[in-house]
Amino acid sequence: MLQSTEVLREKPMRVITPTVQVRAPEPTASKDGTRPCIVASHLSAFFGETAAVKDVSISIPQNAVTAIIGPSGCGKSTLLRCFNRMHETVASARVDGSVEILGSPIYGDDTSPIAVRRHVGMVFQRPTPFPTMSIRANVAAGLRVDSKSHASRGATSEIVEEALQRAGLWAEVKDQLDESAMALSGGQQQRLCIARALATRPRVILLDEPTASLDPLSTQKVEELVYDLRKTVTVVIVTHNMQQAARVSDGTAFLLMGELIEFASTRELFTAPKDPRTESYITGRFG
Amino acid sequence: MTSLPVNWLEKEKDRRRLNVGASAFSDKVYEALTAACALVVPGLVIAIAVAVFAAAWPAFAKLGLSIVTTSDWDVAGGHFGAAPAIFGTLVSSTVALIIATPLAIGVAIFLSEFSPSWLRQPVGFLVDLLAAIPSVVYGLWGIFVLIPLLREHVMPFLRDTLHLGATPFFRGPAYGPSMLAAGVILAIMALPYISSVSREVLMAVPRSQREAALALGATRWEMIRDAVIPYARSGIIGGIMLGLGRALGETMAVTMVIGNRPEISASLLAPGYTMASLIANEFSEATNDLHLSALMAVGAILFIITLIVNAVARWLVWSVSRRRAQ
Amino acid sequence: MRTARNRHLVSGAMIGLTYLAAAMATLPLLFILFHLIVKGASSISLDFFTHMPRPVGESGGGMANAIVGTLILIGVASVIGLPIGIGAGLHLAEKKTTPLAYTVRFLADVLNGLPSIVMGIFAWEVLVRPIGHFSALAGGVALGAMMIPLVTRTTEEMLLVVPTSLREAALALGYPKWRTSISVVLRTAMAGIVTGALVAVARIAGETAPLLFTALGNQFWSTSIREPIAALPLQIFTYATNAYEELHRLAWAGALVLISIVLVISLAARFATRSRFGAPVD
Repeated sequence: MLQSTEVLREKPMRVITPTVQVRAPEPTASKDGTRPCIVASHLSAFFGETAAVKDVSISIPQNAVTAIIGPSGCGKSTLLRCFNRMHETVASARVDGSVEILGSPIYGDDTSPIAVRRHVGMVFQRPTPFPTMSIRANVAAGLRVDSKSHASRGATSEIVEEALQRAGLWAEVKDQLDESAMALSGGQQQRLCIARALATRPRVILLDEPTASLDPLSTQKVEELVYDLRKTVTVVIVTHNMQQAARVSDGTAFLLMGELIEFASTRELFTAPKDPRTESYITGRFG
Repeated sequence: MTSLPVNWLEKEKDRRRLNVGASAFSDKVYEALTAACALVVPGLVIAIAVAVFAAAWPAFAKLGLSIVTTSDWDVAGGHFGAAPAIFGTLVSSTVALIIATPLAIGVAIFLSEFSPSWLRQPVGFLVDLLAAIPSVVYGLWGIFVLIPLLREHVMPFLRDTLHLGATPFFRGPAYGPSMLAAGVILAIMALPYISSVSREVLMAVPRSQREAALALGATRWEMIRDAVIPYARSGIIGGIMLGLGRALGETMAVTMVIGNRPEISASLLAPGYTMASLIANEFSEATNDLHLSALMAVGAILFIITLIVNAVARWLVWSVSRRRAQ
Repeated sequence: MRTARNRHLVSGAMIGLTYLAAAMATLPLLFILFHLIVKGASSISLDFFTHMPRPVGESGGGMANAIVGTLILIGVASVIGLPIGIGAGLHLAEKKTTPLAYTVRFLADVLNGLPSIVMGIFAWEVLVRPIGHFSALAGGVALGAMMIPLVTRTTEEMLLVVPTSLREAALALGYPKWRTSISVVLRTAMAGIVTGALVAVARIAGETAPLLFTALGNQFWSTSIREPIAALPLQIFTYATNAYEELHRLAWAGALVLISIVLVISLAARFATRSRFGAPVD
């Protein structure tokens, strides 16, 4: 279990701000030969004529947590939303380049964005449980959509329980599954949204600043569960909180003004960044 | 934990044709259905215009402007002069606005500026509720309560005690059913419309405007007069026009209290007529085609007048909210 | 002389005038309610709701046919007005800035201000003249046409309140657009939409002018939509303008029933929209 007070005992090679705490080293991605989970090639994303993501190529490893950090407006959320084709839901939005998930390209005239989204989970900054549905119905909301698993009620209950367990919420809500989701606290609602995303057993889950609106205790719970999830799911998390990225992720990508500046294992990025801009950002000189 | 096949979109692609097809098709059906519903609105406006004008055309063709300019409504003789009705519509609405506007703006200012917070909801609600009362209930109350009140107390007071009878506006016998009665009822009916729009635009005036005036040493009234109202002016005018639009088209309450006499008179104490009452009274008994067409023509004129008034009113209110958004 | 004191006096006087205006503006409603209760309450009894009007000169009787007639008319009107109004509202809430959306919004507001008698002669021209006789259907259609712009605007308003994040969450789950709109957005806004629909129903339930030449009214019991039908506001009008006292009594009672329905719905609507959003909706 991750303790927020764990501190790296190695001597840093450069001066780093004392508040950045990096976990014990993890093997970096793509060394063990499994295919990467998400591969973006020369990916650009536009709002009208303005490019929010410029020519980004990145290879995100499977079953690991990858963080995307950068100052406000650098395009990290936009990049994330390109991975499940949510970017195009905005009017006048456009994508250039390609994205492959587990070897299959997700952009293409004949690929349905709806199919893509069913296999990729997403959690947003503010908790968004469906207000008119019970907790059970919320978690199962993504299920009914997938006609492949035309689950019976019993099977649905199992899936709901499994998802809530994985989200660390089962114990707290197991006796009130049929009550409104709005009765939960903010932190619980966000974990409910995570459970909802997990219910379809996606291979990838995208988290867009998931703890930005949560209190510290709920934030910690969510971080713990993200750390656990990487055993079974690939997690990509966008965060403006560097310490969170350091605590939770295996690899970190730094974005600045739509460009990918550096992508390395978290330990490397925070202790020995290669690009001076990365160093400026993590030492707090801007952003 | 189920693991998806390595090429996890492969199986999807088989169903992809169905999926893309199915959901894209459903999306298209949904969009078409909602667009069709939306198109009913302009369709209705066009349909009403076409139906009414087509039916009115024979009368316009045969009688021309005499419908508007002459006063002789003679069914048997084929003359249809609706001038008294048009006159009555305009006068009763004007009287209504004269009475309602100061009251409505006063209430709006009260609610947006001075009202203690515990009073705001109840008073606002009571004023808004006036808009929900059916016209025929106003008429009923008008016949049995307002008209006796006017006839026995208010009219003699105005005509004799205040000596307003010397003017052409308050001359003559006080029968009860009259232009004044119609004006009063219409005022009550128009009040909530003027008040509600005015209240909204007054509340939308930014704090900075008010604070600037107060900082310069203005009294509260001066702040309202010089800083708030000018800012909200076009919205308030829009509200007044909305009230006007309502008053112009009102049928039942007016028919029940105006006396239904097709004569032009300067006196508010005299009975009168309005376009809406004319149609309401004669339509079911219209015998020949020209009569019917003439009534439709009156309806067409009413349609045009209220259309213009409402369009201008909405445009004014819309322009205020657009300015606010900037 | 514009001394400071004078200016303050003027200010105080004007403030006092606004208080007076507020008092005068709330009086008519209270006045009307008072008279309705005084003159109508005594005639409200079970008989009123269950009996037919008696021949002129006899006492007693009720407005059962008018009440049933109004219910039937509201039913027909709702079948027409609600689906079209909600569909149009959905369109407007989703296509916020297209030229069509602006046009529809503007014209809906204009339609809302149209004199109801013009709606009546329109319905007559289209549904009575070609068919040859008056009918409840024609009356229902006229009322339904009046409902459409009302329901459209309130539905749009309620849909716009639903946060876009909910729509995004549904899309991210793989919901197609139509399902997002209906199962999530519409469903979330449903309580507000129902309230708006009820308010529209209350408004048209009291309309008389559109019925004058469509439903016409009926002294006898009728539930057929192809025949003329009685309606509460029509009956009130007929009785109020009649010579007999007895009928006046019934008119007051009918008006009291009508306004009670309208009041209850308005109060419920206010309450529902307020408690939903916390702050009072002015």
